[in-house]
Amino acid sequence: MLKVEAIIRPERIGQVTPALDAAGCTGYHYTNITGQGRQGGVEVFTGRGGQMVTRSAVPKTMITTVIPDNLLEAVIEAIINNARSPGEGAIGDGKIFVTTVNDVVRVRTGERGDIAM
Amino acid sequence: MDTGSTAWIIVASAMVMLMTPGLAFFYGGLVRAKNVVSTIMYSFISVAVVSIVWVLWGYSLAFGDGNEFIGDLSFVGLSGIDINDGETIPDLLFVVFQMMFAVITPALITGAFVERFKFTTYLIFLVLWVTLVYAPICHWVWSGNGWLFDLGALDFAGGTVVHINAGIAAVAAAMLVGRRRNPGLEPHNAPYVVLGAALLWFGWFGFNAGSGLGADGLAANAFLVTNTAAATAALTWGLLSQFQTGRMGAVGVATGAVAGLVAITPAAGFVGVMGALGIGFGAGLICYFAVVLRNKTMLDDALDVFAVHGVGGIWGAIATGIFAIAAVGGTDGLLNGNAEQMGTQVIAVGATLVYSLVVSLVILKVLDVIPGLGLRISERDEDEGLDLVAHGERAYIRDGAD
Repeated sequence: MLKVEAIIRPERIGQVTPALDAAGCTGYHYTNITGQGRQGGVEVFTGRGGQMVTRSAVPKTMITTVIPDNLLEAVIEAIINNARSPGEGAIGDGKIFVTTVNDVVRVRTGERGDIAM
Repeated sequence: MDTGSTAWIIVASAMVMLMTPGLAFFYGGLVRAKNVVSTIMYSFISVAVVSIVWVLWGYSLAFGDGNEFIGDLSFVGLSGIDINDGETIPDLLFVVFQMMFAVITPALITGAFVERFKFTTYLIFLVLWVTLVYAPICHWVWSGNGWLFDLGALDFAGGTVVHINAGIAAVAAAMLVGRRRNPGLEPHNAPYVVLGAALLWFGWFGFNAGSGLGADGLAANAFLVTNTAAATAALTWGLLSQFQTGRMGAVGVATGAVAGLVAITPAAGFVGVMGALGIGFGAGLICYFAVVLRNKTMLDDALDVFAVHGVGGIWGAIATGIFAIAAVGGTDGLLNGNAEQMGTQVIAVGATLVYSLVVSLVILKVLDVIPGLGLRISERDEDEGLDLVAHGERAYIRDGAD
């Protein structure tokens, strides 16, 4: 079992989630986050104006899903194909993190492991 | 009594009342999300506290005959004012109109000490400050017996009494309460700031166009120059920001509008529309750089009360001496050859600055050393935010668990 956490551009969420469904991923959640990568944050006014500062507050969306090992490549492909900017992509398109998961428990039945996903 | 004028001042008083909640939102948008209820309450509670002080003894100290420096206790509890007293408008209506000015002035000061001032101490500060600072200066400038009134200082709607007074008291408060541990960088809600500025701009028509206490040409002129100065200062600020940073922020334009409104306040009954353009342009320019400069100092006047209300008020008082034309208010300024008026204006500004600074410092110092009071909340409370600590409320409930 693997946990996939993908940070993408917020405006791409509408394309990525149907692709995850199509790839056989049966459940996921996402949340709006802020942070900073190679683009180096965003410029905002401070106080009552007249002066700007850089803040690591680039808006992003993070999708989290837990999947069986055999779905990994299909899920990664679905995210990349739908979150990459046209052409060769652009800085700020996002990152995907994959980690192993020790166990999954379905709250309704108490089932554990693959069957609980 | 004139029913037209009475009707207008009743409406104008209500408009000035709306400025204080407007200020609450203006300041509320500028602070962090954990202090927005607190910041709004500093202003909102002033409506309650100062209204009561005003009818009990504030009005009497400001407008009782007394001497040159302070009124007397002849109108305590508004005793002796009959509902039929008054010349063009009822005396009771003048009490109400002036009450709303007394309400907003200490609320303006709160911008200096938001995010760290103890609320219970603030309630006592309100009572003392209105009694010992606002009422006397109001008497000097607007009572027929006041020394600045006798001197011929021009302050149509409160440039000295309201704005310079609050602006310099804000410096006293920022000095004594000290810097915030961790000042936020961004205003948490720019739309609140614009909403508040819009309410202030609207209410200011009552503030300035009501200050002639009549429904006449003077009121119409005051309305026009008020709007012209606000518009000019807002645009000046916005364009400066565009040239300096490449962007025109809404908070900046809103602040520019307020700076223009502050500056035109003393002048609204003495200048024409061309003077208003000059005053608005000067306010946008001077206050913009005052805010930039303040950011480089150690003084944590958190919401730039001095840079906008103090500096804008001083510019407005002096500009009144420059741009006044006899055709509007009966007095000429520097541009029409009356250089003497400038001197009078400078005396009024200086006296207000010195008196308000000294007495505000004394009041705050005394409140700071009284056991059980004190100006500042604990470090832990400051980190947690005043909304929860002082008011038991959150502005935005985002945990989804309820």
